[in-house]
Amino acid sequence: MTFWQKNLILLSCLLFFWFLCSFGFGILFSDYISFIKIGGFEIGFWFSQQGSIYVFIILIFTYSYLVERLERKEKK
Amino acid sequence: MEAQTLTYIFVGLSFALYIGIAIASRAKSTNDFYVAGKGVNPVANGMATAADWMSAASFLSMAGLIAFLGRDGSVYLMGWTGGYVLLALLLAPYLRKYGKYTVPDFIGERYYSNVARVVAVICLIFISFTYIAGQMRGVGIVFSRFLEVEIEMGVIIGMGIVFIYAVLGGMKGITYTQVAQYCVMIFAYLVPAIFLSMMLTGNPIPQLGFGDKLLNSDIYLIDKLDKTIIDLGFSPYTEYSKSLIDIFCITAALMFGTAGLPHVIVRFFTVPNMQAARRSAGYALVFIAILYTTAPAVASFARLNFIDSVQNTSYEDAPDWFKNWENIGLISWMDKNQDGKMQYSSGSPFVESRPVFADERGSLGQRLLENEANTSSSNEVYLDRDIIVLANPEIANLPIWVIALVAAGGLAAALSTAAGLLLVISSSISHDLMKQTFMPQITEKKELLYARLAAGITILLAGLLGIFPPAFVAQVVAFAFGLAASTLFPVLFMGIFSKKTTKEAAIGGMLTGLVFTFSYIVFFKFISPELNNSDYWLLGISPEGIGVIGMILNFLVMLLITKSTKSPPESVINLVETIRRP
Repeated sequence: MTFWQKNLILLSCLLFFWFLCSFGFGILFSDYISFIKIGGFEIGFWFSQQGSIYVFIILIFTYSYLVERLERKEKK
Repeated sequence: MEAQTLTYIFVGLSFALYIGIAIASRAKSTNDFYVAGKGVNPVANGMATAADWMSAASFLSMAGLIAFLGRDGSVYLMGWTGGYVLLALLLAPYLRKYGKYTVPDFIGERYYSNVARVVAVICLIFISFTYIAGQMRGVGIVFSRFLEVEIEMGVIIGMGIVFIYAVLGGMKGITYTQVAQYCVMIFAYLVPAIFLSMMLTGNPIPQLGFGDKLLNSDIYLIDKLDKTIIDLGFSPYTEYSKSLIDIFCITAALMFGTAGLPHVIVRFFTVPNMQAARRSAGYALVFIAILYTTAPAVASFARLNFIDSVQNTSYEDAPDWFKNWENIGLISWMDKNQDGKMQYSSGSPFVESRPVFADERGSLGQRLLENEANTSSSNEVYLDRDIIVLANPEIANLPIWVIALVAAGGLAAALSTAAGLLLVISSSISHDLMKQTFMPQITEKKELLYARLAAGITILLAGLLGIFPPAFVAQVVAFAFGLAASTLFPVLFMGIFSKKTTKEAAIGGMLTGLVFTFSYIVFFKFISPELNNSDYWLLGISPEGIGVIGMILNFLVMLLITKSTKSPPESVINLVETIRRP
């Protein structure tokens, strides 16, 4: 597999989590998972006003770490 | 010392700091002026991006907006942060690798066409001007509220300050002043939030206090808030009141729009390389998240606290801040049932949308109103949403220097965004229109002069928009994001991820997105505002969310046209391969 193909797979995986946590947990499935609670929050509410933002940060740094590793391999 | 004197001192000191920084980091070349010499540290660029991103509206109005929208306010929280994931993963590193100065630069070269470049400049100017008109008005309002001058005077002072550091320093000056502005702004936001959180829940971290139990009680803050507002006839705080498809589309339009906003993208041209661009987007989001995760907490604290201190309290016992803001005219009370107590519930207290104050005061000292009472609601209290953040320091009984600090923070937020926008408009004029399209023979020195000139003229135009605001300023925010999502994002994305997309496709795609989104918003916002409800919307999508459909149309048009046109030349395919290579 070329560097670019690996990059595209990595991107798709991370964007899946991006979609799941914001549009999924925060909006579309919010009502179905509301039985789960974190502190005083229903989990869907937490994701839509707090959690998804934390996940976004993690996603960017994860991507930047993983793709830099790929890039170093590619350069060798 | 008086609060007003302290405010002058704080604001004066912060302005001196910004101008000092601007003088120290003057731009000496076009490279400095457009992209700060491409030598900005990723963390510093992250802070500058955050300051650029968070406008007076984020700083002052967002918490208030969420306090009253409740769960529906989530669209702004997710929409204005999720776009950074798209930027960091899909656009910023590749556009940085490409290595030129502006967004239309990339579109012009990747789509081997000056027509595409000019269409991109048109989209960019459209997007940035709608955005900046609101900012300049914001600058004026903030100045007038804190420094007690007329709004017009406020706009002129703001223009002067921005003029000094944007024209002198270009991107370099703006970047380092924005770093300072971020620090002022975030400190000013967090101090009152932390104290409010301690006051209500005993937890010093607002993000945790938001999900914590109330002080000396077994009830969670969120549950108490939900129960309280349902009792008063509002819809529940934790449930959506708009339809899911609309919530979905608005969130998506804001996310893709964020990723397509030129003044945000161009910030990632200032770092040394593509790795730094990626990391810088991450830092930017961290700095933004500090405010964006605090805002919903502040919103819930403020809403609950407001109801607690007002509901069924007799006017004589109302807290001082209530009376202070009533004097300024942002709170009002109309004793409909003549019991001397304030009743707060859903619905507007009067028929008009804003209070009209009479000159006299009532027997309890309240300001009397000339409004016609709204008999279908028992609500007696009017509250301007914008005061939520402004009133926090008083509500939490903080010392007056905190009020002065919030003033300096609000001004920092407004100025930093205005400056960033000015720069992309002026550089797209001097670089893309003059240097690259109409006057290719000009020297770098001349180009730099034109860039400064364009910045100066843009500030004047923006200032005029601030002083004589078109009636629709408040309604055009949807424009900027919808247009960015439906025009620039798809062509940038395809320009990187597809080698085959042709110039005809890009031009057709941008125009389709522009015309569709523009007409939909203009139709529902200006031509037939009476039809602006879900019965008439396409698929139940409001004008705020329609950018997503524009974006999908843009992608479809590009795919179709690409199939039927001649594939791009070898040099363009090589360009795409180069920007993908690490």
